[in-house]
Amino acid sequence: MMTLYGTLTDHFAAAAVPGIILSPGMARGLSIPRERFAIAGSVMKGCGARLVAEWGVDETGLGREYALYACYALDSEYLLVRCLVPLNDPTFPSLTMKFIPAFRFERQIHSLMGLVPTGHVHSDLRPWIKFEDWPADAWPLRKSFAADQRLPRVAGEYRWARASGEGVYEIPVGPVHAGIIEPGHFRFQAAGEDIINLEERLGYTHKGIEKRFEALSPTDGARLAGRVSGDSTVAHALTYCHALEALCGCLPPPRAVWLRALFLERERIANHLGDIGAIANDAAFSFVLYQLSRLKEIMLRTNHQLFGHRYLMDRIVPGGVSADLSPDGADIIRKELAGLGPEFERIITIYDESPSLEDRLRTTGKLSQKLARELGTVGYVARASAQHLDCRIQSPFPPYDRFPPQEIVLNSCDVHARAWVRVEEIRDSIRLIGAFLDTLPAGGIHEPCGALPPDRSSFSVVEGWRGEIVYWLQSGVNGGINRCMIRDPSSVNWLGLEQAVLGNIVPDFPLCNKSFNASYSGHDL
Amino acid sequence: MLRILHQIFRTGVVTEPLPDEVEAEISVVGKRLEEAVMRRFSRSISIREVDAGSCNACELEIIAMNNPIYNCERFGMQFTASPRFADLLLVTGPVSINMEIALKRTYDATPDPKLVIAVGDCGCSGGIFGESYASLGKVSNVIPVDACIPGCPPTPFELLNGILRLIDKDQPQRP
Repeated sequence: MMTLYGTLTDHFAAAAVPGIILSPGMARGLSIPRERFAIAGSVMKGCGARLVAEWGVDETGLGREYALYACYALDSEYLLVRCLVPLNDPTFPSLTMKFIPAFRFERQIHSLMGLVPTGHVHSDLRPWIKFEDWPADAWPLRKSFAADQRLPRVAGEYRWARASGEGVYEIPVGPVHAGIIEPGHFRFQAAGEDIINLEERLGYTHKGIEKRFEALSPTDGARLAGRVSGDSTVAHALTYCHALEALCGCLPPPRAVWLRALFLERERIANHLGDIGAIANDAAFSFVLYQLSRLKEIMLRTNHQLFGHRYLMDRIVPGGVSADLSPDGADIIRKELAGLGPEFERIITIYDESPSLEDRLRTTGKLSQKLARELGTVGYVARASAQHLDCRIQSPFPPYDRFPPQEIVLNSCDVHARAWVRVEEIRDSIRLIGAFLDTLPAGGIHEPCGALPPDRSSFSVVEGWRGEIVYWLQSGVNGGINRCMIRDPSSVNWLGLEQAVLGNIVPDFPLCNKSFNASYSGHDL
Repeated sequence: MLRILHQIFRTGVVTEPLPDEVEAEISVVGKRLEEAVMRRFSRSISIREVDAGSCNACELEIIAMNNPIYNCERFGMQFTASPRFADLLLVTGPVSINMEIALKRTYDATPDPKLVIAVGDCGCSGGIFGESYASLGKVSNVIPVDACIPGCPPTPFELLNGILRLIDKDQPQRP
C-alpha cells in the first residue's frame, strides 16, 4: 500500500523535499512550494487521509520567514506538510474546500498569526479565540508581538449566523453557565423546541498558552502542558514529554514508561466515571452520578495516597516520572480495582436496564459516521460513530505495543454510544492496569534530558481519555522553545457537537454536550 | 427499581467526617460553620462558581465538594445557577482578558452584601500563566476578593475549610 509520504513525493516529484528537520518519531515531513499547498491537500484527501491540524509558525528567529504546516493522518501514518510564507505576503492557499475542520484551524491561524487564507470564496475570517474587541492587528504568535503587553479594547461586532422566519427565535447561553463548568458561548436558533442551528463561540479561557511556552524552559514546559486542560493533565504532560524527549534523544527508563501508561489509564477511568455519571444526571437520573462520583473519589484518593496528587499533576516530567510506585503500591491498586470493578458493574447494570434513561440517550444527538469522519473527530466521539481511531492501537508506544488495548467502536452514533464507549473503556483500562502492574519493570524512574539541539522539531500523539492529543515542538537557536503547537481533541470534537444537536430539542442540548464533554481550556489554549 | 434500592442500601451513607488529620479541626470548624450559616445566611449559603479562565482542574474539585463523600450541602452550602441568588462567588483563574467583562458583570449581578473567594494558585496569584496579553492574572486584579484558597487544585477539603474560615470571620450581620 502507498504511504501518504510516497503518494505525495510521487505526485510532486522534485518539488517536494524532505525539508522539515524532524526528530525520529512517529511522523515524517515534506516541504512543498506554497502555491501547491492546497493541491497537496487534494492529494491527501484522495488518499482518504484526515486533516489532523493546521498551524502557522514564525520562524524569523531561525533565520527564515513564516511557515505553514498541515498534518495529515491515515491509519498509523502521520505526515507533516510545510510551505514557506514570505513576510511581505502573508497569505496561504486555504484547505477549507477539501477538509471541513480547516476552516476553524485557518480562522485561528488568521486571528493569532495574521496569515490570510486565500482561494476560498467563503473564507470565514471572523476572529476565533481572539475576540472582536482586540485590535485587528494583534497577532500574538508572531515573534514581534510582546507577550506581556496589555491590549486596548476596541469597538467591534461579531457577525453571528442568523436564522429568521415565523416562530424562529434565538437563545444565547453563556459564557457563565448554570453549572460548575467552563465558560463558552452558545447561540441557538430554534423553532418551537427544535434546534435549527447552533453556533459556538469559544476563546473565553484563552490564556496565551502557546505563546507562554516560548518563554519557559523546556522542563517548565511540562508543568504548563499539565495545565492545558486540568482533567487531562497526565495525557497532555505525556504528549509534551514525548515530543521533548524525541528532540533531546532522551529515553526514559522502562519503569517510568510503564508508570506513565498506568497514570494515563487511571486518568481515563476517573474521567469516564465522572462523565457517565454526569450524562445520567442530565437525564435526571442522579442516582448514577452519585454512585459513580463515589467510585471516582476512591480513585483520586488512591492517586493521592500512592503518588501524592489526586489528578497526578506534575507526576510526568521530561525524562520519566516524579513519583514511584511503592513496594506495596501494586497491591493497593489491585485491591482498589478489585472492589471498584464489581461495584461499577452493578451500577452499570442499573444504568443499562433503566428504560427512562434509554429513552433519553438513544437516538439523541446523532453524529453520522460520514460527518464524524469529515469533521476529523477523534476519541470516543469518533469511535461512537464507527471510526476506528485510537492512537494507543494505531501508534502505540511502550507498553501499549505489548498490551494492545481493545478497540471499542460502536455505530449507533448517539449519546448512548458515546457513553457506552466509555463504559467499555473503563472495563478495558482496568484490565490494562492489571497487566501493567504484573509486568512493571524494576529500576529507575528518571533519566536526565540533555539540552535541546537548535532548530529541530518533533511531533507526538497520545490517546488521552478524550482522544488524540497532538503536540508539535520546535526548538529555537539557543536551547529554548520556538513554537509549541497543541491540538487538543476538543479542537475538532467541538465541531461535532454543532452538528450532532441539529434537529434535537433544546432541552436535550445539555445531554449532547455532556456526551461530547469537550474541554474549553484545551481548545482555547 | 429493586436493584436501585438494593444498591442504595448496600452503599449506605458514605459521607465522611473529613480526613483524620483534620477531623478535630473540622468538628470544631464544621460546627461553627453550621452555626455561622444558620445565623448569618438564614440556614443556607448560596454559592455561584465562576470559571474566569482556569484549566478546569479547580472545577473538578469544586464539583467533588458536591459528591456524596464531601457532601457540602450538609453544612447548608448550595450551588446556585445564577449570581442573582448568590451570597458568595467562588472564582477560579487566571482571569483571561476574554472573561474580564463577564466576570465583572457576574460580580455586579450578585446582590450586596457579597463575598468573593479566589480559588486555586492561578486565582490567587496568576499561577504559571501569570499576566500577559491574554491573562490578567489573579482574581483580585479584576474584582475585590475577600479570601484566597491556594492549591493546584485545592482539594475539596481545602475548599470547604477555606469557605468555613471566611464566613466564620466576624462579619457584619445580615438584617
